[in-house]
Amino acid sequence: MIFHTPILTLLLVSALAALVAVWSAGFGISVLRHWDLSSGARGQLLLERRTELVSTLFALVMAAEAAALFLFVFNADRMAALFVGAMCAVGTLNANGYGFPALYGQIASFFAAAVWLVLDHVDRLGRDYPLTRVKYAAVLVIAPLVLLTGALQLAYFLNLRSDIITSCCSKLFTPANAGISDEMAAVDPALALAALALAGGLVLASGVQALRTGRGHGLFALAGAGYFGAALLAMVSTIALYVYENPNHHCPFCILKPDYGYIGYAFYLPLFGATALALGLGAVSPFTARNSLRTPLPAVMRRLTLWALAGFAAYGAVTVWVIARSNLILFG
Amino acid sequence: MTALNRHRALLDFTVAALARRRVKTLALVAVFAAVVFLLASAMFFAASLRREAEATLAGAPDLIVQSLSLGRQTMIGAEAVPQLAAIRGVTGVEGRLWGYFYDRINGANYTVMVPDTAAMMPPPGQVILGEAVPRLRDFKWQGTPLFLSRREGDLVRFDIARTLGTETALLSADLILMNEADFRSFFNVPAGQFTDLAVSVRNPRELSTVVAKATIRLPEARFVTRADIARTYQKLFDWREGVMVALAFVALLAFAIFAADKASGLSAEEAREIGILKAIGWDTRDVIAMKLWEGGLISGGAFLLGTVLAYAHVFWAGAPLFAPLLKGWAVIYPEFRLTPAIDALQLGTLFLLTTLPYAAATVVPVWRSAAADPDAVMR
Repeated sequence: MIFHTPILTLLLVSALAALVAVWSAGFGISVLRHWDLSSGARGQLLLERRTELVSTLFALVMAAEAAALFLFVFNADRMAALFVGAMCAVGTLNANGYGFPALYGQIASFFAAAVWLVLDHVDRLGRDYPLTRVKYAAVLVIAPLVLLTGALQLAYFLNLRSDIITSCCSKLFTPANAGISDEMAAVDPALALAALALAGGLVLASGVQALRTGRGHGLFALAGAGYFGAALLAMVSTIALYVYENPNHHCPFCILKPDYGYIGYAFYLPLFGATALALGLGAVSPFTARNSLRTPLPAVMRRLTLWALAGFAAYGAVTVWVIARSNLILFG
Repeated sequence: MTALNRHRALLDFTVAALARRRVKTLALVAVFAAVVFLLASAMFFAASLRREAEATLAGAPDLIVQSLSLGRQTMIGAEAVPQLAAIRGVTGVEGRLWGYFYDRINGANYTVMVPDTAAMMPPPGQVILGEAVPRLRDFKWQGTPLFLSRREGDLVRFDIARTLGTETALLSADLILMNEADFRSFFNVPAGQFTDLAVSVRNPRELSTVVAKATIRLPEARFVTRADIARTYQKLFDWREGVMVALAFVALLAFAIFAADKASGLSAEEAREIGILKAIGWDTRDVIAMKLWEGGLISGGAFLLGTVLAYAHVFWAGAPLFAPLLKGWAVIYPEFRLTPAIDALQLGTLFLLTTLPYAAATVVPVWRSAAADPDAVMR
């Protein structure tokens, strides 16, 4: 099934990403070993010049990876028509054992890429490249992740056979089945919404605190990660029910379908964006005291915090809107 | 200067720089747009064929039951009808009569069918024709009868009740609708025999259960659901599109190599420009950003131009370049217009597929020229 245009495109993106990741990792090792800003040696100058190339290439590829994550899910949803038993992306991803691992890999790569892009952005603010070593150490962590994701994706697409019967989302996200997806589905709606509200409160409090004092971004990142988890839990256990107006349909993928006005993207785009920013802020927070960053950094962090808060708020607002608009009555 | 203002200034400068090298820029955009056009045409065409197949199949029966003998389809007896109708959830079972007729005069294959609605049923001795049949037989005037010859020395005359319009051509171009009695005598089909059975099921979700029950009652039969047919068409068109895209992608790679080569061999004027910019205080980063804007403008322009041209080619001109490969080929072929079917997935895929290789191919040469010392570039 590899001759399918979106699949060819996804494979192209992961091949490019793998290539750039391997090369950047090789370069990262030499940066970690030889980087010495005080030196005026030719080798150091070359390294400094080359960091510009690596930053540009890595940023380009990571942006493509972010687009590929959405393309991957969108395409999985579209391909459901080709598999007996599949009704949305879940069926397609379930068509073999590599589908969901590939998705998780893509999500992990997306967040790792976002953190790296924030590090890179901040590093460029300082005159003396204060985060270069940190940045390239991070490349050494991200590169294997990108390679693993690419390999999982390739294995998934190569093993995709349309003559098998797969399971649809109603089979996976049901309290009667064993696994994490059904445990999420089985959570009491009131509890899930309360957890989301609590996580929202924590995010707001830590965000406002960070905005006011210019500190505590690590806490904000933690709260953001918590909000991400609570948001997914609430989506599977409660919000999805309101979208479908059906008390038994818990699928977090069907909301991406045109039948529901693509509303899923209004949930996931701000959520993923905000979480990525929050994690990036957390990764940068230990370095706020660096001399060269003291002046330019606070303004940037302030801006990123505001964007992240806006993203989390957007998720909450869409949730409230969906519940208010729905004809389903779960409480009372 | 805020980041936004910086980029606005860079964009402004880049547009002016591109306008100074108008001919070179336009040539690059034209070649790139041609590659995008190739890929986009293949994708648009296949997508609208898929949509067409989907729309066509919406009217197909929920389930078709065929009788098999020695692994081949044979006529099915009428005794199967009550057996299927007795299954709970089945709302109707109808025997269908249809077959193919090879016309020795022009080498075309016609589909001969007994219509399932009374409104379409021609009177005895008459037929209703699809739009391509009179065209192929070159009927000059109204009232020309249709003579069909089954073998040497045989000639059967049918009067033409009417001809179907072109709006249903995709389905009915090669169609000959006949009365049941005429059909049975023309093809020598005994009473109580049908080509296959069309089963309608009240709830489509129960289809698999109905098939499971029917398999027990008619173990020799083959059951084809509408979803099976739709899936087969989807796969066929997907595969054809994929092959075309893979071929067009080779062209894209060739273009990427061309673009990389072009970007690495800076003209003397461009090298001087970069040298001056760096001498007056531009950073390597600024030059890279400017060059990336340049690449973005070129690939964005080429993407827009190529996509619009492909749209016109496929949906207005009927895709003359690709039709034979993607549609398939036959002596008798319907004339039909494609309905535009474009969505975000297609456009997103196309954008990534075309702009990413270009960007990747030009980044290294861009960096090389941007990172060089001003005196080295200008020397």
